[in-house]
Amino acid sequence: MEILLYTALFSPLVGSLFAALFGASPKTLITGIVTSALLGVSLIASTILLVHVITTGQFVQVELMTWMATGDLYIPFGFIVDQISVTMMMVVTLVSTVVHVYAIGYMDHDKGFNRFFSWLSAFVFSMMILVMSDNFAGLFIGWEGVGLCSWGLIGFWYHKESATWAANEAFIMNRIADLGMLIGIFLVYWNTGTLQYHEAFAVMPDLDNATLTWMGIFLFIGAMGKSAQFPLHTWLADAMEGPTPVSALIHAATMVTAGVYLVVRSNELYTLIPNVGLFIASLGAFVAIFAASMALVNRDIKRVIAYSTLSQLGYMFAAAGLGAYWVALFHLMAHAFFKALLFLGGGNVMHAMNSELDPFKMGGLGKTMKGTMILMTLASVALAGIFPLAGFFSKDLILEVAFVDHHFIIYGVLLLTAGLTAFYSFRIIALIFHGEDRHTSLGFHPHEAYKFMLIAMTPLLILAIIAGSFKSTYFEYVTMLLPGTEYHVHSAATYWIMTIGTQLFVILSIAFAYKKYMCKDIKVPDGTSAMENSFKYKLLINQYYIPHFYNEYLVKSYRALSTIFWKQVDQKIIDASVDGIANIFYKTGKNTRTMQSGNLSTMLKWMVAGTVVLLSLAVVFGLAVRHSDEIKTILSGLGV
Amino acid sequence: MEIGLNHYLVLSTILFSIGLVGVMRRKNLLMLFFATEILLNSVNIAFAAISHYYGDLTGQMFAFFVIAIAASEVAVGLGLLVVWHKRHNAIDLDLMSTMKG
Repeated sequence: MEILLYTALFSPLVGSLFAALFGASPKTLITGIVTSALLGVSLIASTILLVHVITTGQFVQVELMTWMATGDLYIPFGFIVDQISVTMMMVVTLVSTVVHVYAIGYMDHDKGFNRFFSWLSAFVFSMMILVMSDNFAGLFIGWEGVGLCSWGLIGFWYHKESATWAANEAFIMNRIADLGMLIGIFLVYWNTGTLQYHEAFAVMPDLDNATLTWMGIFLFIGAMGKSAQFPLHTWLADAMEGPTPVSALIHAATMVTAGVYLVVRSNELYTLIPNVGLFIASLGAFVAIFAASMALVNRDIKRVIAYSTLSQLGYMFAAAGLGAYWVALFHLMAHAFFKALLFLGGGNVMHAMNSELDPFKMGGLGKTMKGTMILMTLASVALAGIFPLAGFFSKDLILEVAFVDHHFIIYGVLLLTAGLTAFYSFRIIALIFHGEDRHTSLGFHPHEAYKFMLIAMTPLLILAIIAGSFKSTYFEYVTMLLPGTEYHVHSAATYWIMTIGTQLFVILSIAFAYKKYMCKDIKVPDGTSAMENSFKYKLLINQYYIPHFYNEYLVKSYRALSTIFWKQVDQKIIDASVDGIANIFYKTGKNTRTMQSGNLSTMLKWMVAGTVVLLSLAVVFGLAVRHSDEIKTILSGLGV
Repeated sequence: MEIGLNHYLVLSTILFSIGLVGVMRRKNLLMLFFATEILLNSVNIAFAAISHYYGDLTGQMFAFFVIAIAASEVAVGLGLLVVWHKRHNAIDLDLMSTMKG
């Protein structure tokens, strides 16, 4: 089993290094194939590990080597495959294998083809470290690794100003949150004396509540950054500057779920502090509706899907915060499948439309892109949570959790969000694929993506459809590690009313979206209609003015402060002193170079002068040493 | 008056000073070599005198070393001097300024 673990972990790294060898050379198809094949190997290894974990209920733990060992501190490079991490491994390797194969087609004409695959595989490797580590330090390494790879991939088209800006924004925001995370890890070490998960969690029940609360809060700040929760959410939508496969892999299926993973992994800590849990759940519910509302009006298909991701992450946190960790993890898994599918479908559309992202300029694409239309529609159905697709099982479960735990406000917010989700998902589906053909007049000639790209997407489609049927198997094995509370509404009548009510609500939202956006007279909005000038629309399209606020008050004041430091401190103190020292040497050299006249006679005179000086010094010091006692008495007599 | 250590040391100092002045003032390369010889030999006198004074042969041994080294130095130096004279037809120190900084 150990060898399987290492295979699953290190084959993406091998792929990444292999692709990096060709990083600077033009496109070589082999890099794409090798990295995809190695990820396939990783996927197979993970699958065998999953079967092993399910059938035996045992976990696999290995210690690769000692990393830090000083005094009481002992941190190994240890890895663990248990019920939680194997679930994550399956999600990560499966989605990334699909994305890799898809990207061979998507990045076909890109100059940075090899570089792209190197980054992408490096990302998968970091993510595997993140989920497989058996201690907080290893988790942090993976955490930083995915941050770095995300930076490289968002800014992949670095010649675009907006892409580099978005990459930096994502990196810096994550850095802010990572500080919180790091403090959390320090607190864990400080109070438990270890960073190994099981040892640390074993000690935690003995600690006092305030300490645990601080630990939980700081670790959650880290999770907020990675999972783009309010107020650190702005980077996720801007991260759509990266190539679409990246959005599918990183900003939908894997990296952004790292925060949820952290909370699920630390479930023993969060169970002890239900107040923090309630805060997490409330924030999750808030983000769910907050992001969904922004998705309602956005005119960029990738951004709509990004907001939808944000909203679904809110759902996961709501579930995790209420203590339903297995539900959160289940939704994470189901969401990864249909969201990656949705993004890849979006990528097909974008490719067909020469990188045009405004759905209002599309319309009627269903005729030319039948395959993509079916994939995206089914993914949206799954996202909306219609029976019997994956979203129904995972999302309705979260609603039930909120209901059963008597958090009716959270329940209400999440229910409303479910309706909004259905509406905005089908708003873009209707605008892209149905209705009148608006793109031909704008000079677009769309074409369907390569066949193998569509085939590569089918595993995700199948999983998006059937993931719900794994629920009982999943529940059985994952609750060996996670609190196995089952959430059942007490009376059957309430249950059916809730389920059917939700379904009806969602279906009505979908019907409303179709009715509103399939009609003949949809035009490309030009800022003149009454709706576009209303306050609500402006508020939503400007993302509640939060990016504006950040830019106006945080970025600008920080920049002003930096300018002061640059002009006053850096230039006037640090630069000046460095320059001053250099100047001293320069002036001395300039003045003394005349000595080097090249005339032997003069040089000999200088030599003699030097000898005389050295001799006199020797005599003076020699006398001083010989008469040191007398000199001391004289000096003390003078009162020195 | 008996001649003691101090007389030798005074003689050595005087010779050293003469040599030093020679080294500084002379412009003729050949004269410079003479001055250097005077410097070295003044030191030899001091070595020999002190060695005799303490009854320790080390100083005299050292004086022999200095003589040997001075001889080889002059041999090399004169060789270079002859070559220089053949090329430039002069042995004036002020003309040798190729090392000017």
